[in-house]
Amino acid sequence: MRNGATLKFGGKEFHSRLIVGTGKYPDYHTMQKALEASGAELVTVAVRRVNLDRTQESLLDYIDLKRYTLLPNTAGCYTAEEAVKYSRLAREVGMSEMVKLEVIGDQRTLFPDNEELLRATRILVKEGFIVLPYTNDDPVMAKKLEDAGAAVVMPLGAPIGSGLGIRNPHNILFILQSVQVPVIVDAGVGTASDAAIAMELGCDGVLMNSGIAGAKDPVMMAEAMRKAVEAGRQAYLAGRIPKKLYATASTTMEGMIE
Amino acid sequence: MQIRLNGKVREVAEGITVRRLLDELGLHPMRVAVQRNVDIIKRERYEEVVLQPGDTVEVLTFMAGG
Repeated sequence: MRNGATLKFGGKEFHSRLIVGTGKYPDYHTMQKALEASGAELVTVAVRRVNLDRTQESLLDYIDLKRYTLLPNTAGCYTAEEAVKYSRLAREVGMSEMVKLEVIGDQRTLFPDNEELLRATRILVKEGFIVLPYTNDDPVMAKKLEDAGAAVVMPLGAPIGSGLGIRNPHNILFILQSVQVPVIVDAGVGTASDAAIAMELGCDGVLMNSGIAGAKDPVMMAEAMRKAVEAGRQAYLAGRIPKKLYATASTTMEGMIE
Repeated sequence: MQIRLNGKVREVAEGITVRRLLDELGLHPMRVAVQRNVDIIKRERYEEVVLQPGDTVEVLTFMAGG
Protein backbone atom coordinates (compact mmCIF):
# COMPACT_ATOMS: atom_id res chain seq x y z
CA MET A 1 0.00 0.00 0.00
CA ARG A 2 2.89 2.37 0.76
CA ASN A 3 4.23 1.76 -2.74
CA GLY A 4 1.31 3.43 -4.51
CA ALA A 5 1.95 6.16 -7.06
CA THR A 6 -0.44 8.58 -5.38
CA LEU A 7 -1.46 9.62 -1.87
CA LYS A 8 -4.89 8.17 -1.16
CA PHE A 9 -7.16 8.52 1.85
CA GLY A 10 -10.82 9.12 2.63
CA GLY A 11 -11.80 8.40 -0.95
CA LYS A 12 -9.53 11.17 -2.26
CA GLU A 13 -6.38 10.95 -4.32
CA PHE A 14 -3.49 13.39 -4.53
CA HIS A 15 -0.47 13.34 -6.84
CA SER A 16 1.61 15.61 -4.64
CA ARG A 17 2.84 14.21 -1.34
CA LEU A 18 3.64 17.65 0.00
CA ILE A 19 0.95 19.43 2.00
CA VAL A 20 1.63 23.06 2.83
CA GLY A 21 0.25 25.63 5.23
CA THR A 22 -0.83 29.19 4.46
CA GLY A 23 0.35 30.86 7.69
CA LYS A 24 3.20 33.21 8.46
CA TYR A 25 4.05 34.37 4.92
CA PRO A 26 5.30 37.96 4.56
CA ASP A 27 2.28 38.64 2.29
CA TYR A 28 -0.42 36.79 0.32
CA HIS A 29 1.32 37.31 -2.99
CA THR A 30 4.44 35.48 -1.76
CA MET A 31 2.21 32.75 -0.33
CA GLN A 32 0.48 32.33 -3.68
CA LYS A 33 3.82 31.99 -5.49
CA ALA A 34 5.12 29.56 -2.86
CA LEU A 35 2.02 27.35 -3.09
CA GLU A 36 2.53 27.20 -6.82
CA ALA A 37 6.24 26.34 -6.51
CA SER A 38 5.52 23.64 -3.92
CA GLY A 39 3.29 21.73 -6.31
CA ALA A 40 0.98 21.01 -3.36
CA GLU A 41 -2.66 20.14 -3.98
CA LEU A 42 -3.72 20.24 -0.35
CA VAL A 43 -3.26 23.42 1.66
CA THR A 44 -4.09 24.00 5.30
CA VAL A 45 -6.12 26.92 6.59
CA ALA A 46 -7.38 28.02 10.00
CA VAL A 47 -10.93 28.92 11.05
CA ARG A 48 -11.07 32.41 12.57
CA ARG A 49 -13.40 35.39 12.95
CA VAL A 50 -13.91 37.27 9.67
CA ASN A 51 -12.27 40.60 9.49
CA LEU A 52 -15.12 43.10 9.55
CA ASP A 53 -12.71 45.78 8.43
CA ARG A 54 -13.15 45.31 4.69
CA THR A 55 -9.99 47.20 3.84
CA GLN A 56 -8.01 44.03 4.54
CA GLU A 57 -7.58 41.43 1.84
CA SER A 58 -9.00 37.94 2.22
CA LEU A 59 -6.86 34.80 2.10
CA LEU A 60 -9.40 33.10 -0.15
CA ASP A 61 -8.86 35.71 -2.87
CA TYR A 62 -5.36 34.28 -3.24
CA ILE A 63 -6.16 30.58 -3.36
CA ASP A 64 -7.52 29.11 -6.58
CA LEU A 65 -10.09 26.62 -5.31
CA LYS A 66 -10.16 24.81 -8.64
CA ARG A 67 -6.52 23.97 -8.15
CA TYR A 68 -6.15 23.49 -4.39
CA THR A 69 -8.13 21.51 -1.87
CA LEU A 70 -8.44 23.24 1.48
CA LEU A 71 -7.61 21.34 4.64
CA PRO A 72 -8.95 23.28 7.63
CA ASN A 73 -7.15 22.86 10.94
CA THR A 74 -8.21 23.12 14.56
CA ALA A 75 -5.09 25.03 15.61
CA GLY A 76 -5.34 26.64 19.01
CA CYS A 77 -7.80 24.10 20.42
CA TYR A 78 -6.98 22.61 23.82
CA THR A 79 -9.95 20.29 24.39
CA ALA A 80 -11.79 17.70 22.31
CA GLU A 81 -14.99 19.77 22.56
CA GLU A 82 -13.29 22.87 21.20
CA ALA A 83 -11.65 20.93 18.36
CA VAL A 84 -14.98 19.30 17.47
CA LYS A 85 -16.67 22.72 17.42
CA TYR A 86 -14.03 24.17 15.12
CA SER A 87 -14.23 21.13 12.84
CA ARG A 88 -17.98 21.61 12.49
CA LEU A 89 -17.51 25.32 11.76
CA ALA A 90 -14.86 24.44 9.17
CA ARG A 91 -17.25 22.02 7.51
CA GLU A 92 -19.83 24.82 7.32
CA VAL A 93 -17.41 27.22 5.65
CA GLY A 94 -15.76 24.76 3.33
CA MET A 95 -18.32 22.10 2.57
CA SER A 96 -15.46 19.67 3.01
CA GLU A 97 -15.40 16.79 5.43
CA MET A 98 -11.65 16.89 5.89
CA VAL A 99 -10.04 18.24 9.03
CA LYS A 100 -6.47 18.48 10.25
CA LEU A 101 -7.21 17.71 13.86
CA GLU A 102 -5.00 19.42 16.42
CA VAL A 103 -5.67 19.26 20.14
CA ILE A 104 -2.80 20.94 21.90
CA GLY A 105 -1.76 19.91 25.40
CA ASP A 106 1.12 22.24 26.16
CA GLN A 107 1.65 25.85 25.15
CA ARG A 108 5.44 25.82 25.09
CA THR A 109 6.03 22.69 23.01
CA LEU A 110 2.63 22.62 21.28
CA PHE A 111 2.69 18.87 21.82
CA PRO A 112 -0.69 17.22 21.33
CA ASP A 113 -2.95 16.12 24.16
CA ASN A 114 -3.36 12.58 22.86
CA GLU A 115 -6.19 11.64 25.20
CA GLU A 116 -8.31 14.54 23.94
CA LEU A 117 -7.12 13.95 20.37
CA LEU A 118 -8.36 10.37 20.43
CA ARG A 119 -11.68 11.44 21.94
CA ALA A 120 -12.16 14.14 19.29
CA THR A 121 -11.21 11.69 16.52
CA ARG A 122 -13.90 9.23 17.65
CA ILE A 123 -16.59 11.95 17.74
CA LEU A 124 -15.66 13.39 14.35
CA VAL A 125 -15.38 10.02 12.60
CA LYS A 126 -18.88 9.22 13.84
CA GLU A 127 -20.06 12.51 12.27
CA GLY A 128 -18.58 11.55 8.91
CA PHE A 129 -15.43 13.65 8.99
CA ILE A 130 -12.21 12.60 7.25
CA VAL A 131 -9.88 13.05 10.19
CA LEU A 132 -6.16 13.79 9.83
CA PRO A 133 -4.85 13.90 13.40
CA TYR A 134 -1.60 15.62 14.36
CA THR A 135 0.02 13.37 16.96
CA ASN A 136 3.27 12.49 18.72
CA ASP A 137 5.79 10.16 17.11
CA ASP A 138 4.29 7.33 19.15
CA PRO A 139 3.42 4.05 17.38
CA VAL A 140 0.95 2.99 20.09
CA MET A 141 -1.00 6.23 19.75
CA ALA A 142 -0.85 6.01 15.97
CA LYS A 143 -2.48 2.57 16.11
CA LYS A 144 -5.19 3.82 18.47
CA LEU A 145 -5.97 6.69 16.09
CA GLU A 146 -6.17 4.30 13.17
CA ASP A 147 -8.50 2.03 15.14
CA ALA A 148 -10.64 5.07 15.95
CA GLY A 149 -11.11 5.65 12.22
CA ALA A 150 -8.52 8.32 11.41
CA ALA A 151 -7.95 8.53 7.64
CA VAL A 152 -4.20 9.09 8.10
CA VAL A 153 -1.89 9.63 11.06
CA MET A 154 0.36 12.67 11.22
CA PRO A 155 3.22 12.27 13.68
CA LEU A 156 5.40 15.27 14.41
CA GLY A 157 9.05 15.22 13.36
CA ALA A 158 9.83 17.87 15.97
CA PRO A 159 7.84 20.64 17.70
CA ILE A 160 5.73 22.87 15.42
CA GLY A 161 7.79 25.68 13.90
CA SER A 162 11.04 24.41 15.47
CA GLY A 163 12.76 23.39 12.24
CA LEU A 164 14.59 20.65 14.14
CA GLY A 165 13.90 17.96 11.55
CA ILE A 166 13.02 14.32 12.19
CA ARG A 167 14.22 13.89 15.79
CA ASN A 168 13.35 10.23 16.08
CA PRO A 169 13.43 8.44 12.74
CA HIS A 170 13.15 5.06 14.51
CA ASN A 171 9.77 5.97 15.95
CA ILE A 172 8.57 7.07 12.52
CA LEU A 173 9.64 3.64 11.22
CA PHE A 174 7.74 1.93 14.05
CA ILE A 175 4.65 3.97 13.16
CA LEU A 176 4.98 2.95 9.50
CA GLN A 177 4.94 -0.66 10.66
CA SER A 178 2.13 -0.28 13.17
CA VAL A 179 -0.55 1.27 10.92
CA GLN A 180 -1.99 0.63 7.46
CA VAL A 181 -3.29 4.17 6.84
CA PRO A 182 -0.99 6.77 5.25
CA VAL A 183 1.63 8.32 7.55
CA ILE A 184 2.30 12.02 7.00
CA VAL A 185 5.03 13.75 8.96
CA ASP A 186 3.55 16.98 10.25
CA ALA A 187 5.72 19.63 11.91
CA GLY A 188 9.41 20.09 12.52
CA VAL A 189 10.72 20.17 8.95
CA GLY A 190 13.32 22.94 8.66
CA THR A 191 15.01 22.33 5.35
CA ALA A 192 14.91 20.12 2.28
CA SER A 193 16.93 17.23 3.73
CA ASP A 194 14.43 16.90 6.62
CA ALA A 195 11.62 16.37 4.13
CA ALA A 196 13.74 13.92 2.13
CA ILE A 197 14.51 11.91 5.29
CA ALA A 198 10.81 11.60 6.11
CA MET A 199 10.12 10.33 2.62
CA GLU A 200 13.14 8.00 2.54
CA LEU A 201 11.84 6.35 5.70
CA GLY A 202 8.74 5.43 3.71
CA CYS A 203 6.30 8.11 4.85
CA ASP A 204 3.39 8.79 2.54
CA GLY A 205 3.69 12.55 2.75
CA VAL A 206 4.99 15.59 4.58
CA LEU A 207 3.08 18.60 5.88
CA MET A 208 4.90 21.85 6.54
CA ASN A 209 4.36 25.54 6.95
CA SER A 210 7.08 27.44 8.85
CA GLY A 211 9.92 25.71 6.97
CA ILE A 212 8.71 27.36 3.77
CA ALA A 213 6.98 30.53 4.98
CA GLY A 214 9.82 31.48 7.32
CA ALA A 215 12.65 30.94 4.81
CA LYS A 216 14.53 33.95 3.49
CA ASP A 217 13.10 33.14 0.06
CA PRO A 218 9.86 31.20 0.63
CA VAL A 219 9.19 30.61 -3.06
CA MET A 220 12.62 29.07 -3.65
CA MET A 221 12.30 26.98 -0.48
CA ALA A 222 8.89 25.74 -1.63
CA GLU A 223 10.48 24.48 -4.82
CA ALA A 224 13.32 22.87 -2.84
CA MET A 225 10.76 21.09 -0.64
CA ARG A 226 8.88 19.82 -3.67
CA LYS A 227 12.08 18.35 -5.07
CA ALA A 228 13.11 16.91 -1.69
CA VAL A 229 9.77 15.15 -1.23
CA GLU A 230 9.98 13.74 -4.75
CA ALA A 231 13.63 12.72 -4.37
CA GLY A 232 13.02 11.13 -0.97
CA ARG A 233 10.06 9.21 -2.33
CA GLN A 234 12.05 7.95 -5.32
CA ALA A 235 14.96 6.92 -3.10
CA TYR A 236 12.54 4.99 -0.88
CA LEU A 237 11.01 3.20 -3.87
CA ALA A 238 14.41 2.58 -5.46
CA GLY A 239 15.65 0.88 -2.28
CA ARG A 240 18.82 2.19 -0.70
CA ILE A 241 22.01 0.13 -0.24
CA PRO A 242 22.63 -1.32 3.22
CA LYS A 243 24.89 0.68 5.53
CA LYS A 244 28.32 -0.94 6.16
CA LEU A 245 31.23 0.07 8.33
CA TYR A 246 34.04 -0.55 5.82
CA ALA A 247 34.59 0.41 2.21
CA THR A 248 33.62 -1.63 -0.83
CA ALA A 249 35.46 -0.58 -3.97
CA SER A 250 33.31 0.59 -6.85
CA THR A 251 36.05 -0.19 -9.32
CA THR A 252 37.34 -3.70 -9.91
CA MET A 253 41.02 -4.56 -9.39
CA GLU A 254 40.90 -6.72 -12.50
CA GLY A 255 42.92 -5.43 -15.45
CA MET A 256 45.46 -3.49 -13.41
CA ILE A 257 49.07 -3.77 -14.59
CA GLU A 258 51.35 -6.02 -12.55
CA MET B 1 -31.43 46.39 18.92
CA GLN B 2 -27.99 45.32 20.04
CA ILE B 3 -26.17 42.06 19.37
CA ARG B 4 -22.63 41.00 20.10
CA LEU B 5 -20.88 40.36 16.80
CA ASN B 6 -17.41 38.82 16.80
CA GLY B 7 -16.80 40.10 20.30
CA LYS B 8 -18.07 43.64 19.73
CA VAL B 9 -21.43 45.25 20.44
CA ARG B 10 -23.24 46.14 17.22
CA GLU B 11 -26.50 47.95 16.51
CA VAL B 12 -28.72 46.11 14.01
CA ALA B 13 -32.32 46.40 12.83
CA GLU B 14 -35.07 44.62 14.79
CA GLY B 15 -35.98 41.31 13.18
CA ILE B 16 -32.81 41.07 11.12
CA THR B 17 -32.09 37.65 9.65
CA VAL B 18 -28.66 36.05 9.44
CA ARG B 19 -28.77 36.52 5.67
CA ARG B 20 -29.51 40.26 5.99
CA LEU B 21 -26.71 40.67 8.51
CA LEU B 22 -24.22 39.03 6.14
CA ASP B 23 -25.44 41.26 3.30
CA GLU B 24 -24.94 44.35 5.46
CA LEU B 25 -21.43 43.18 6.30
CA GLY B 26 -20.70 42.57 2.63
CA LEU B 27 -19.93 38.91 3.26
CA HIS B 28 -20.54 36.10 0.83
CA PRO B 29 -22.64 33.41 2.54
CA MET B 30 -20.67 30.66 0.78
CA ARG B 31 -17.45 31.68 2.48
CA VAL B 32 -18.46 31.87 6.12
CA ALA B 33 -19.78 29.88 9.06
CA VAL B 34 -22.17 31.45 11.54
CA GLN B 35 -22.57 30.56 15.18
CA ARG B 36 -25.44 32.07 17.14
CA ASN B 37 -25.06 31.77 20.91
CA VAL B 38 -23.96 28.13 21.07
CA ASP B 39 -25.45 26.78 17.85
CA ILE B 40 -23.99 26.66 14.37
CA ILE B 41 -26.55 27.97 11.87
CA LYS B 42 -26.61 25.89 8.72
CA ARG B 43 -26.30 27.89 5.50
CA GLU B 44 -29.74 26.85 4.23
CA ARG B 45 -31.31 28.47 7.32
CA TYR B 46 -29.70 31.93 6.98
CA GLU B 47 -32.87 33.40 5.45
CA GLU B 48 -35.19 32.17 8.16
CA VAL B 49 -33.17 32.63 11.36
CA VAL B 50 -34.14 35.93 13.00
CA LEU B 51 -31.67 37.39 15.48
CA GLN B 52 -32.84 38.40 18.95
CA PRO B 53 -31.61 41.30 21.09
CA GLY B 54 -28.54 40.27 23.07
CA ASP B 55 -27.60 37.39 20.73
CA THR B 56 -23.94 36.53 20.51
CA VAL B 57 -23.08 36.00 16.87
CA GLU B 58 -19.78 34.75 15.53
CA VAL B 59 -19.01 34.90 11.82
CA LEU B 60 -16.00 32.84 10.86
CA THR B 61 -14.06 32.09 7.72
CA PHE B 62 -10.82 30.53 6.54
CA MET B 63 -7.71 32.47 7.46
CA ALA B 64 -4.00 31.77 7.06
CA GLY B 65 -2.82 28.82 9.13
CA GLY B 66 -0.59 25.78 9.23
